Amino acid sequence: MFVLVVGGGKVGYYLAKELIGSDHEVVLMEKDPRRAAQIADEIGSIVIGRDGCEGKHLAEAGCERADVVAAVTGDDEDNLVICQMAKHHFDVPRTIARVNNPKNEALFRHLGVDELISPTRMILGSIEQDIPVHELLHLAALGDNELEIIEALLQPGSPAVGQNPTELTMPTGCSLFAIIRDGQATPLRPDTVLREGDKVIAIGPNECEAALHGLLIGESPAGATARG
Amino acid sequence: MNIVIVGCGRVGATLAAELDAGGHEVTIIDVSTTAFDRLPGTFRGQAIRGDGTDEDSLRRVGAEGADVFLALTEGDNRNVMAAQLAAEAFRIGHVVAKVNDPLRAEAYAALGISTICRTDLMMHALLGSMGLPAGPTPGVRAGAPHPHPSEPAGAIDRPATPAVDGRPAKEA
Repeated sequence: MFVLVVGGGKVGYYLAKELIGSDHEVVLMEKDPRRAAQIADEIGSIVIGRDGCEGKHLAEAGCERADVVAAVTGDDEDNLVICQMAKHHFDVPRTIARVNNPKNEALFRHLGVDELISPTRMILGSIEQDIPVHELLHLAALGDNELEIIEALLQPGSPAVGQNPTELTMPTGCSLFAIIRDGQATPLRPDTVLREGDKVIAIGPNECEAALHGLLIGESPAGATARG
Repeated sequence: MNIVIVGCGRVGATLAAELDAGGHEVTIIDVSTTAFDRLPGTFRGQAIRGDGTDEDSLRRVGAEGADVFLALTEGDNRNVMAAQLAAEAFRIGHVVAKVNDPLRAEAYAALGISTICRTDLMMHALLGSMGLPAGPTPGVRAGAPHPHPSEPAGAIDRPATPAVDGRPAKEA
């Protein structure tokens, strides 16, 4: 396959290198002549030190016979224009754009870019996966850090949902003392039945945290059901 | 008319002042507030700092509902992207992008974006001043008919929930 890579930053550089490694024909365009020369020194004379946004330079790079154009510069507007020029002016069958602002994804897709790679979105996705959504929230430490006040958001599947405080087996030294429901804080009475969406405020010794987690959120490992 | 101008350079600022003096409602945006120094003290329109290629910025300055949208920054690609946002996301009827690369100007006109090319304008004027044949007067190159005519207003498909595209599958 003939792949035209535009943008000689880290992404473009390693992409070109990998593609060459798997025996594809590659041309890399990088508008900064010094960077272009540097890359050429390292991976050979496949580099064109020209601005890939300029129609004339795309033509010189052989854009019209490219199977794939990958626009991987750090600027979304450049990547969009490169892909649109490739697709609509040079009839390239497959265009790939790096998108830095996740908000641009819909526009790029709408404007005909075939594939989008969004590092921001990918990292965001990983972070959201790794941070469990319903974890115990530490609100404050009390008395030489032996006691803490925590908040737990009750989700579907929590063992505490549908129970009142007298039905819950509290770990020794812990107590639930308030709930926040519909934005209102109210003291927890013996007949209060806990519901999904309640935020339960508890106080207890540090070492009871795991027990409280099991009681209010569930025993499953943290995060495993986070997206349930 | 309600006119949004992106880029407060010489052209943007002069045009904004002119339109404002003509009684139009003008909003001019630029990423640098010092660019607004080019506006005359008499300018009554809005001068707002913002990025014309950022949908949120454009919404914040009230681009939605504008009659005319002119992208006049120094960057061809910024102009082209801002213009396409204006046309596709905000459905502004009259959109012009300044594109100084003649090939790109032509390509985008074919894609439905009206373009104005300083290179062509100046070349034409200079050839004319030398008494040489300059061809037809280049002006705003009208965009071809809208490429997505059947789509309803505000037609960019937004995922209902913020779907995480491109996220590697857990096993991968």
